[in-house]
Amino acid sequence: MKVRVQQQNFNIAAEIKELCGNRTDIGAIVTFTGLVRDFHGENKIQKMTLEHFPGMAEKQLGNICQAADKRWPLQGGTVIHRYGSLLPGEQIVLVVILSAHREAAFEAAAFIMDRLKTDAPFWKKEQTSHGAHWVEAKDADIKKSQNWKE
Amino acid sequence: MELLYFARIREDIGHSSEIISLPENVSNVESLIGFLRQKGQNYQTAFENEIIIRVAVNQAYVKFDHPLEDKDEVAFFPPMTGG
Repeated sequence: MKVRVQQQNFNIAAEIKELCGNRTDIGAIVTFTGLVRDFHGENKIQKMTLEHFPGMAEKQLGNICQAADKRWPLQGGTVIHRYGSLLPGEQIVLVVILSAHREAAFEAAAFIMDRLKTDAPFWKKEQTSHGAHWVEAKDADIKKSQNWKE
Repeated sequence: MELLYFARIREDIGHSSEIISLPENVSNVESLIGFLRQKGQNYQTAFENEIIIRVAVNQAYVKFDHPLEDKDEVAFFPPMTGG
């Protein structure tokens, strides 16, 4: 699987095309795209800044993909995570998974997102009408990530 | 050893990295945090609540009892919030 950490935007269709090429053995493509929301509870979000740990971010995403590959019969995939300054509506993260059958693709995409939330070194800072603050990790996300037993 | 700070911890301390010599009384992550806390109010604030501190040594997550050597790269950051 391919992993990219980048500032620039991504194009889902182009990523799928690059992955699939002329292959005819693929039965299912599942994609997940995470976007910047314009609200967090009562607060209106004006801007989101994503900080990351260069080198380790790529390494951790690679580890998560490897774990997914071991767990399900996959035919390839791409994970892209952006960093830098993003506006509401902009794309943050992309997961594309190829498999012969849909169950493996759905589950692997969900697994990668759940693990990415807790294990990949990225941090969000929200700029709201009430000032800027770091987003706090959610217990619910930690539980979801741990629910995928080794 | 090289120390790296990210996100809230970086902001509290006021810089993103520094190089120090491994102090004599520092043998693991826990005692390094204790040492750094003595360096000033900014460090004390950054390391006040251990529950919200995560550590990576040479880009691998470790616990606070992980032993340290002078050649290590030690990164401190809050729980991750990507995705």
